[in-house]
Order: sequence, then structure tokens, then C-alpha cells
Amino acid sequence: MAATEHPSYKVIGTRPVRPDGVEKVTGKAQYGADVRLPGMIHGKILRSPHAHARVLSIDTSEAEKVPGVMAVVTRADFPVAEDVVQDLGEGAVSVKELSDNVLASDKVLYRGHAVAAVAATSPHIAEEAAGRIRVEYAVLPPVLAVRDAMREDAPLLDEQRVTKEMGGQGSGRPSNVASHLRFAGGDVEAAFAAADEVVEREFTTKMVHQGYIEPQNSTASWNADGTLTIWTSTQGAFVVRSQVAEVLRLPVSQIRVIPMEIGGGFGGKIPIYLDPVAALLSKKSGRPVKIVMSRTDVFEATGPTSGSYIRMKMARKDDRITAVQATLAYEAGAYPGSAVGAGAMTMLSPYNIENFVIDAYDVCVNKPKTSAYRAPGAPAAAFATEQMIDELAKNAKLDPLELRLKNSAHEGTRMVNGAVFPRIGAEETVRAALTSPHYRSPIEGPNRGRGVASGFWFNAGLQSSVVASANSDGTVNLIEGSTDIGGTRASLAMQLAETLGLPFEAVRPTVADTDSISYNDVTGGSRVTFASGLAVYEAGQELRKEMVRRAAKLLGVDEAELVYEDGGVQSTRDATKRLRFSEIAAKAGQTGGPIAGKGAVQARGVGAAFGTHVVDVEVDPETGKVQILRYTAVQDVGTAVHPSYVEGQIQGGVAQGVGWALNEEYYYDESGRLLNASYLDYRMPTALDLPLIETVLVEVPNPGHPYGVRGVGEVPIVPPLAAVANAIAEATGHRFRDLPISPRRIMEETQGLA
Amino acid sequence: MIDRARVTAQPVALLGPNPTLRMPVEAFDYVAPRSLAEAYAHLGNGRTSLLLAGGTDVIVQLREGRKRCDQLIDLKHIPELMRFGFAPDGTLEVGAAAPLAALYEDAEVLRRVPALVDAASIIGGTAIQSRASLGGNLCNASPAADSSAALMVLGARLLIGSASGTRELPVEELFAGPGVNTLQPSELLVQVRIPPQPPRSGAFYLRFIPRNEMDIAVASAGARLELNATGDRIEGARIALGAVGPTPLMAKAAAEALAGEVPGEEAFARAGELAAGVASPITDMRGSVAQRKRLASVLTVRALRGALQRAREAR
Ligand SMILES: Cc1cc2nc3c(=O)[nH]c(=O)nc-3n(C[C@H](O)[C@H](O)[C@H](O)COP(=O)(O)OP(=O)(O)OC[C@H]3O[C@@H](n4cnc5c(N)ncnc54)[C@H](O)[C@@H]3O)c2cc1C
Repeated sequence: MAATEHPSYKVIGTRPVRPDGVEKVTGKAQYGADVRLPGMIHGKILRSPHAHARVLSIDTSEAEKVPGVMAVVTRADFPVAEDVVQDLGEGAVSVKELSDNVLASDKVLYRGHAVAAVAATSPHIAEEAAGRIRVEYAVLPPVLAVRDAMREDAPLLDEQRVTKEMGGQGSGRPSNVASHLRFAGGDVEAAFAAADEVVEREFTTKMVHQGYIEPQNSTASWNADGTLTIWTSTQGAFVVRSQVAEVLRLPVSQIRVIPMEIGGGFGGKIPIYLDPVAALLSKKSGRPVKIVMSRTDVFEATGPTSGSYIRMKMARKDDRITAVQATLAYEAGAYPGSAVGAGAMTMLSPYNIENFVIDAYDVCVNKPKTSAYRAPGAPAAAFATEQMIDELAKNAKLDPLELRLKNSAHEGTRMVNGAVFPRIGAEETVRAALTSPHYRSPIEGPNRGRGVASGFWFNAGLQSSVVASANSDGTVNLIEGSTDIGGTRASLAMQLAETLGLPFEAVRPTVADTDSISYNDVTGGSRVTFASGLAVYEAGQELRKEMVRRAAKLLGVDEAELVYEDGGVQSTRDATKRLRFSEIAAKAGQTGGPIAGKGAVQARGVGAAFGTHVVDVEVDPETGKVQILRYTAVQDVGTAVHPSYVEGQIQGGVAQGVGWALNEEYYYDESGRLLNASYLDYRMPTALDLPLIETVLVEVPNPGHPYGVRGVGEVPIVPPLAAVANAIAEATGHRFRDLPISPRRIMEETQGLA
Repeated sequence: MIDRARVTAQPVALLGPNPTLRMPVEAFDYVAPRSLAEAYAHLGNGRTSLLLAGGTDVIVQLREGRKRCDQLIDLKHIPELMRFGFAPDGTLEVGAAAPLAALYEDAEVLRRVPALVDAASIIGGTAIQSRASLGGNLCNASPAADSSAALMVLGARLLIGSASGTRELPVEELFAGPGVNTLQPSELLVQVRIPPQPPRSGAFYLRFIPRNEMDIAVASAGARLELNATGDRIEGARIALGAVGPTPLMAKAAAEALAGEVPGEEAFARAGELAAGVASPITDMRGSVAQRKRLASVLTVRALRGALQRAREAR
């Protein structure tokens, strides 16, 4: 179902088969684990069994003696890391911390932290040899939860760390709190004093995993001329290149990164883990070295998203939300860099709230360094906001969607960071939810409840570049540098086909390596269809102009009399003077040589995304098990370039959000050991746990993109946590403010089990 | 002839050719005897053995370094262990290594022993069920193994063999603790024997998992009810619980309290309470002590309801 405001397109809005589809479904697509090179050997990483310890010594001599072992590396083999902060395409990153996370230096900060690595002729020999490396540790007490880590007497992960205060000076005392941000506007105290109702609540969420299927992997080949080639699964080949260059102190031009197909990422495949290690093992052994993580490694040592603590106070006067005061503390993991800032900036964005104070703390704990996860930081924050609004609506006997509508953000509303919204679809999604068949249907029966929630995500622009070249048969090669996770070969090819007036099948997209295209930022921030789409549009425009020039030569008329139209060039004076794209392309050799266009952008005009979700649940009062009966996700998608893939993104985000709400959590013991480091016990929903998720595509075109494109991939994970919690509150009469709302938690709460 | 192949890791065919999977550190031999006598000979050769049926537990354990062995004895080439069928007296005899999928796809098994199908059809997904066996599920001795409680209420007996002969024991006597069974190193489980069920009886097994598939029981319960000739009184009952103690447990007091009672909610609720009394669970990532105790009672009641319905259908 869709509500549409855009012009009619020929290719955009259709549902062609994706260009990478056949290879993927027939098992021919090449993933990182498929890389096999002549002379290739296998690497294994030795990981810390302790969550917090000082590394006193590492003795690799026994490992080196194992027959078949060809290289061993420890941190001593790495260049000394500079203590500088660089923007390596993933936001600011300290090179020292990045290096320390790749291979520990003086301290290990989480169980699974890489300490040393071995390369050998088989993975078994490498594993056996890794087991013979002797590491002496001085074990330290770990600190695992965000509020514990903020206490003054907490064990310190880094004795040198002091809290970075925005603008001001902190206490200067060592702390696990890496930074503190504040957003403030209006006068909260006055608004609280004048309110009809003020509610204050606390919320917590646990660390959760992105749930991609393919484990991280890297194959590196250090060549005799000092160049380095890396085959890897990544959301951004150029970011791998710049990060590896920093860690190994190489010029970027010496590194070529070949992105393999990716088996899911959701933000988890932005950081580097294995690449520099494989590179040094290759340098030492003179062989290509491949390392593939086990599932346990993935869970214990790669970045999940933060666990969080949020306290929030919200005021209502009549049908207006008048003030919010909130404190957010997010677990960064072993090194600073949680998405707490994004949490703080997104949590009120669906609304127009005049008075607010938001404090955000980024806190280090002895768990893996967190990474991005779909709309990083926003879901946990929305879990708080959207339950607060629900509670206020219920208390005031207002429809929770009507209250949202009354307070909705719109064009001109200022976000807490001061940015002003251009044309957005916040109100439209709430309205479409209100009038949806789902919301208008009654919900009946015992132990059932309906919940709603809204969500916001910025979406990103950043840098993209593409090259489009016409083939003599009238097709076009589209070379791009963005990892295709969500069907972007298709969505970019469709935009080029639309621009050129060609059928979709005439465009042949290829994702190239870092030597073959200019810079591209990561596939993240829901940016590729939007930003690489802008580059594609630019390349298409260049091709159109060139086609006109060439046609002028072929037709022997003045360029000024020609226009590009409907997949060809047309004279405005003489209707019979027309050449098709393929005719001009076939004669390129006679009119000036190959025909190509390029697009290279620093994308501006990002369109923000809003969604509003409706969910019905039934709770088994005896076992606490929650069944999702019906789920409808409404989203402003700008323009649905490929509606099936847009729907797929929304359904995928909802599935992940429902899992986060109900069962998913990193379950640690007190020593910092992750007890559910497998998909058997890390309970993501399966196909049997969800109904078909209904989608409503609202199309409010983004004025910043020629086809109105907004990113669609991330916002659908923002509302589900609170929507499900609100539905469970209806069904059980109990509010759950701690995730996951597992059967155990529901039994404990509703049956008084301690 | 004994198939012997020196392998530096697992037999490759079991895992596929991908050499990047996590592998055990130590090498072991793989042997595939063609008869029980050959298997017993391997068990007696003085080396540390592990038995391989479907391998869905043991390969995972070897790979993660939780178990080790000098030799892995594959049982799937021994015909007696792969067969199942009803004996003339109505006993269902299941070869210890027969795959679960073959068992639950059998119409006679489903008609005559549906409680076994309740369990066999929820162990893992289709791929797992095509390899996994009852023998492996029982001998792995997980307190959460799904077939255990079902077989306990069905009164199953185990035929255990070794070079020196065979013996039989009730299934509940197989379990010694989490991951530990009472077999001697020289022995293996040959057959699971489910006796003909009493007239006017019905049995039912269920578990609680937070998802709808691919999960290990947080708690589970099996029940069998035998009705009198008029169907208005319970003549006898058996109740067993899984995942709420170091081994699957028989809930004797709960079962005995049902004898002579009117089958229905009141009697079932009391049995549920009594059953929870024998539970001595732990708290782990799958559930808590309090939750599991409560589930023991809830699931007992639900198993009894299911058993009653089947008993009534049997009349
Ligand atoms: C993804 C997945 C999901 C699973 N889900 C479930 C589930 O829902 N419920 C559940 O109960 N289990 C589950 N399991 C565990 C496992 O599949 C079952 O326990 C299965 O029945 C084991 O049978 P197997 O034939 O594969 O045993 P194997 O792994 O071959 O053997 C298991 C153990 O029993 C021993 N053994 C095997 N046969 C004999 C014999 N004849 N005599 C003596 N010892 C023997 C072996 O040496 C080994 O120690 C799951 C496993 C996986 C990998």
C-alpha cells in the first residue's frame, strides 16, 4: 500500500530482479570465506580469556616450533601507534585505540580481545600453535554495566582517561566516562512547574548483536614490492584502506582493498579487526594469509550496539508535550565511541518540544568495543521517549497517535541540535497509521494489547563517486564503490536507467575495488541509494550531454537544436531527426571515441526518515511468552525506488527491533564471560516468530534529491522496541522499562517471582 | 573389514570441505564398524572412544574442545542400530542411531506412540532431525534433551550391549548428571524399547521455549494418564520433567496423587504443584530458578491436558 506525491517515472517504482540475484541464489557469488589463492595459508587469533587484565608477557617460542607454522605476530610487530585522532570514515577514531583493539598492547579490555596470531599451513595447525602461546596476565576486576562503570570507585579501563566535557572543563579525575554532551533549549523548570502532568521513569537496555550471518573475514597478500592487497567482507572498502593504512603506517596508495560480497553487516562490518593482522602475517610468511572468525569470535570480539541506561522526565500540558529532561548513559565497550550522541539527538525528533535538557554520557566497560547497528543509538532512546508518551496519553485518556500528531515535528521544526527540518513526513506517517486498516480494526480477546510508537533517523549523505560508460550495444556499465548490502546495485542502476530513459536491464552495475574508482564512504547511514544515487544522476546528466554532442555530429545539425529525450536524442526542429542511445553508442568510434560520464559528490540535501508502527500482541499469562499477532509499519520513504526492497528493509528492521524487544541480549556472567555466544542461545526471532509484517509506504519526496530519495534502511528499527513494550503494557497491565521483555521478565513481573 | 582413515581433524564429509571452521586441536581416528561385534572390539582396544550417531552433539563438542578422543566410532553402518519397528508383542524397538525424521514420519509410530513424535519432531530443525538419533539425544545426557521426559513417561527401557552381553535398564536410570550417563566405557546403547501402552491411556510431551523453534527447552514435561473403564477416574499416571534439575526427573509424588482422581483441572493443578516440588533448577542464560519451577507446574498441567485428550481419543 502506498500514498504517493511524486511525478510518474518509468523505471523508478518498478520491481525488477536485482542484478546480483542469480549469482547469489545459485551459490556462485564470492564471499570472503571463498577466497583461495595460490600458496595461501591460514591465520588464527589467540584471544584473551579475561575481561580485564594487564598483559605481562607473551612467549611465542613454543608456537613457532609447531611444524607447519609460518608466522606469529604480536603487537610488538606493529608500528608504534600514534595517539592521534583521525577521521577514518567512521567518525573520529583514535589510531592508538584502533590498533589496541586489533591486537592488544599492555592491557586486554574484554574477553575475546585479540592478543596474538599465528599463520600456518592449515587452520588446525594454526589453532594448535595459537594454543601454545604463553601469555602471562595480571587479572583485574572487570566492570560490565554502564552505571557501575560511572561510579567513582569503579575499576578503570584506562587510568589516563578523563571525561571530555563539551565546551567546559571536567573534574580532571580519571574516569570511565569518556565524554559528556548536553543539549538544552527553552526553560524546562518553568514548563515542569506549569504542567498538568509530569512523569519520570528509568529505562535500561542490554548490548545486542546485529545478527548478520557471515562472520568477519580477511585475506591479505603482502607483495614483494611493498604493496598490500586485501580481500574482505566490509561495508566500506575505502574505510578499510584508510584504517589499515593508519594502523600499519602505509600510504593508502599502497593498499588495494577488494570488497567481496557481504553476508550482512547492519553497521557491524564497518570497523576493521582482522585485516592488519592478516597483512602482517602475510608480510612475515611471504604467503597470502586468510583469517575467518568463528561465531564465538564474532560474538565475543566484534562490536555489538550499546547497553544503555536512560532516565527521563516528561511534562504534558493539555495535549502538548511541553518539556523533557533526560539523562542517557551508553556503554561504549572497551574504547570510547558509543552512539549516545545520536541517541540524544534523535530521541525527540519526531516532535516539536520547546523545552529540553538532555545529558549524554559515553561510558567504557569491559565488553567489546561497540560498533554501529542500524540507526545507531536511536532505538534505545526511542524505547524511553515512546513509552513516556504512551503513558502520558493513557493517563490523559488521549489516543496515543492523536497525541503524537498534536506534537508532531514538521517543516521548520528545530531539532535539539539546532538543525531545522526541511520538508519531512513525520505527520504523514502518524496520519497514515491512524487511518490504517490495522489501527482501525478492533483488538479483542484476553491478554492481548496494541501498541504504537514513532521513530526518527537522520540518514547520511557523505561522499560517493561513480563512472558510467556506454557500450557499443547500447548498454551502460555502471562502476560504483559502495558495498551492496540492501539491493543498491539495483537501486542505483534504476536511477541511471531513469536518467537515461533506458530500460533497467540496459544498466550493468559493478562494485569496484579501491584501485578502480575514486573514494566512497561506507554503506551506512541509509545513504547509498540517496548519495550514490546523486552521483549516478550526475553521471547520467554528463552522458546525456555527451550523447547530444555526438548526435549533433552524426546528424550534422547544431547541438542547440537537439534535446535528450526518451532514451535518445531528438531534434526540436525536425521530428524525423532522432537517434536512439544505442545508435549513438554504436558509432562512438566515429564521433570522438568512448562515451563516459562520471559523478562525484559530497552529498547535500539528506532527507530525514520517520516511521510509525502499530503492533498487536498476545501474552501467555502463565509462561510470559509473547506472540506478535499483527504488525504494521508506516514509513515516509521519500520515493520508493524499488518498492520490494524498500518493504524488505522495513520488514528486516522490524524483525530486528522485535528481537531486541523480546529476547535478544548479551548475557554475561560476573567475570565478563558471554554465556550465549551462539545463535542457539542468542535468541533472534525466526520466521516462525513473526507474522507477515505489513508495510505502508508514504512518499513525501526529499527536496534534496532529483528523484526525492530518502534513506529507508535504518529508521524501521527505531519504533519496534517501544511499540512492543506499549502493546505488552496494554496486554498485561504492567509497564516493562528494561529490555529484553523476555518470558522470564514477564513472569517475574506479573507473577511476582523474584 | 573395518574402514579406517587417519584424519587430522574431523572426517571431512561430516563438515563439508570448508577448512576454515573451528577445528579440534588434536587428531583422532575415525572408524566405521559394520557390526556390533566390531564396534565392541573397538570399544575394548584400550583407546579413548567417542561414539558417533548423528553427530549433532558430539561434533559440536569436539569442535569446541569440550570433548576429546583417540577414536570416533561411527555407529551408522551397523544395521541393527539404524532400524526401527514394532515387535509382535507391540513393543516399538528403535535402533539407537536411527534418524529422528525417519521415526516421526512413520505413520504407525505417530498413531501408536504420538508422545514420542511430540519430542522427536521438535529436536532442532529438519536438517538436524535427518541426522540426530534417540540414542544420541539420551546418551548425551543433557537435562534438557527432549526425548528423555517423553520416553520416561512411556516407560521405555534401554537395551545396552557390550562384548560380554546385553542388559536392560529403565530409561530414567541412564542419567547420572549433566552430560554424564551410566554406561560403562565398554558399552553402547543398542535399542530403545517402548512397551505397548496400557489401554485407555494417552501420553503427551511439551517444552517451553521463548521462540517457536530452534531453541533448547527452558523447562519441559511429559505425562501419561491411564483412565478406568468408564473414563471418569484416573487409574495411573506418570510424569517426567526436563531442564529443571541435573538430570531429567520423574515426578513420582505428583503422579501418585492423581491415582483415583477425577481427570480434570483440579487434580491437574495439584499435580502441577507437586511436580514443581521435585524441580531443582539453576539460573542460566536460558532461564531462572523461579521461572523454571513455575514452568514445571504449568507444563505439567498442560502435558496432563494433552495426555487426557489422547486417552479419551484412545477409548
Ligand atoms: C542446531 C541444533 C539444535 C538442536 N536442538 C535440539 C533440541 O531442540 N532438543 C534437543 O533435545 N536437542 C537438540 N540438539 C542436540 C542434538 O541434536 C540432540 O541431542 C540429538 O538427538 C543428538 O543425537 P545425535 O545422533 O546427533 O548424537 P551424537 O552427537 O552422535 O551423540 C551424542 C552423544 O551420545 C553418544 N552416543 C551416541 N550414540 C550412542 C550409543 N548408541 N550408545 C552410547 N552412546 C552414544 C555420543 O558419543 C555422544 O556423546 C540440537 C543440536 C543442534 C546442533
